[in-house]
Amino acid sequence: MSEDKHHHIVPYRLYVIVLLALLALTFGSIGITSIELGEFTVAAALLFAVVKSALVLTYFMHLKYDKPYIKLMVAFVFAIFVVVIVITFLDYLYRV
Amino acid sequence: MHTTNAVNGANYLTYQGKYKGLLGWIFSTDHKRIGLLYLYSIATMFATGVLLGLAMKFELLAPGKTIMDAQTYNATFTVHGVIMIFMVVVPGLPAVFGNLMLPIMIGAKDVAFPKLNLLSWWLYVTGVVLVLCALLFGSGTPDTGWTFYAPYSFKSGTNLLPAIFGAFVLGFSSILTGLNFLVTIHRLRCPGMKWTKLPLFVWTLYGTAWIQLLATPVVGITLVLVALERVFGVGVFDPALGGDPVLYQHLFWIYSHPAVYIMILPAMGAISEIIPTFSQKHIFGYKAIIASTMAIAFVGYLVWGHHMFTAGMSGTAQYYFSLLTFIVAIPSAIKVFNWISTMYKGAINIQTPFYWAVSFIFVFMVGGLSGLVLGALATDIYVHDTAFVVAHFHYIVFGGTGFAFFAAMHYWFPKIFGRMYDKAWANVGWLIFTIGFLALYSPMFYLGMMGMPRRYYDYLEEFHGGNILSTIGSWVLVTGFIIIVTNLIRSARKGEPAEMNPWHSKTLEWTVTSPPPVLNFEKEPVLGEKDGPYNYD
Repeated sequence: MSEDKHHHIVPYRLYVIVLLALLALTFGSIGITSIELGEFTVAAALLFAVVKSALVLTYFMHLKYDKPYIKLMVAFVFAIFVVVIVITFLDYLYRV
Repeated sequence: MHTTNAVNGANYLTYQGKYKGLLGWIFSTDHKRIGLLYLYSIATMFATGVLLGLAMKFELLAPGKTIMDAQTYNATFTVHGVIMIFMVVVPGLPAVFGNLMLPIMIGAKDVAFPKLNLLSWWLYVTGVVLVLCALLFGSGTPDTGWTFYAPYSFKSGTNLLPAIFGAFVLGFSSILTGLNFLVTIHRLRCPGMKWTKLPLFVWTLYGTAWIQLLATPVVGITLVLVALERVFGVGVFDPALGGDPVLYQHLFWIYSHPAVYIMILPAMGAISEIIPTFSQKHIFGYKAIIASTMAIAFVGYLVWGHHMFTAGMSGTAQYYFSLLTFIVAIPSAIKVFNWISTMYKGAINIQTPFYWAVSFIFVFMVGGLSGLVLGALATDIYVHDTAFVVAHFHYIVFGGTGFAFFAAMHYWFPKIFGRMYDKAWANVGWLIFTIGFLALYSPMFYLGMMGMPRRYYDYLEEFHGGNILSTIGSWVLVTGFIIIVTNLIRSARKGEPAEMNPWHSKTLEWTVTSPPPVLNFEKEPVLGEKDGPYNYD
């Protein structure tokens, strides 16, 4: 509880750096579509999306300062997402 | 005990807040009033869905056109499905009994976010209105089936967009309810209520809330893609534009299969409250039931492809989905064994909720076992898209969730309204309803095995006998339904005042007056070491 009541003073500089990183990754995710990656096209797009959401969760949503069980829950959600994507590709990669 | 609060005007039904009359209900943030709002809304939609189902069965009374043509039949089963799935069984038990009972069962005054809770109900009503607009206005009632399968969903000339948008909004209602319940269970449990002392209904709401939160956005995004496909022709699902219609099925079932567990988990939770209460015995395998609940919630995410065995998936994916489908049967079976073991050597008190609970176990088992026929690759190809699937689905969703809903209704009714229903009529209603249910859906197993396809308004002469029995079953079922509803409505107004704990249950909601006070508890309850939801011994 004491952790909840504690105010984290996050310098604006950090927010600006995260914002710039998000913008750079957005341009990166657009840029990567110009390269022919074949089966890895979707994987590349997802990788950019995952890094961007991780940044938003960690800094903008203060996950970095939360209790371990909250972090665990978010990790669990990511894990389910990954598993669902992998299973979907059991269909696409093995289609005759 | 009932009268004390009622006379003082302190119970939630008679409490006069900021607004009077109807406004005092539709703007109330009291979880119990919101639960009743859901009950009345969902009951209205259920009655509408039943009427549409009745019309469909009447059409199938004889081969050829009986009361409607093919297009009307297509629209009727679509609307029946959309209403029953998105407006009745998905919100069903969590929204009604979760709202009414969850905070009291954990010793809290309300849910964590009462205003968000009210917003959820408003979103529900908005979604319902949008779907009804799709039926009444525009270029014809949607005819795609409740699954909105691509590519037909963006080629059909019917008024599909409002229906899709309505389902999208209903999804938001579901997400917010799930979020609210998750936070409530984590943060608002009374002192002494450890995780291992939570009533099982609360545990199942917890598992359900996770699914609502994580799976519903997937269908929301999928429906947006269908809308974009219809309006702008973006080509995600359209093979003519390089899209993949099977991807639609993947995305749709990534939500809609876990949604089956949104429907059934709270139903199992309600049954897990009723069986020990009417056996006056500690639930058998409390921790095993919790583990199986969470296992169902988790594994339920990973089996969606068993709806798509004939859709052209890869063989590897088919093997995987079939295997996992068999695995998900295990935790469901664990629950059935636990319920039966709880009854064993219990002091069984046969009352209406108990009748509903044991008939739930029976129909759920028939539904579950017939699911294995569909989960096995070879047999599924034979019965796919036949009446067998309709029978299985209704045994699980209507037989499971519907029977549990009525069980929960008859169990918590005295607490909710502070009055007792007429038990004799309630039992008669249950008996007629159950007979009607069995007569309505059992012939469909046979008809499906014989090759009668689903979703056709016509059929071959050889299927006539089974369809006559099924249609007569629908009339019997509706007769039972009318008896049940009439009895409950009458009893809510004129029934005998109910005791505080008529069933001698051990969970916290039975320690407060009937109907409960506005803030649930005069003093915050504290659970001691020996207290527990099922400590009958």
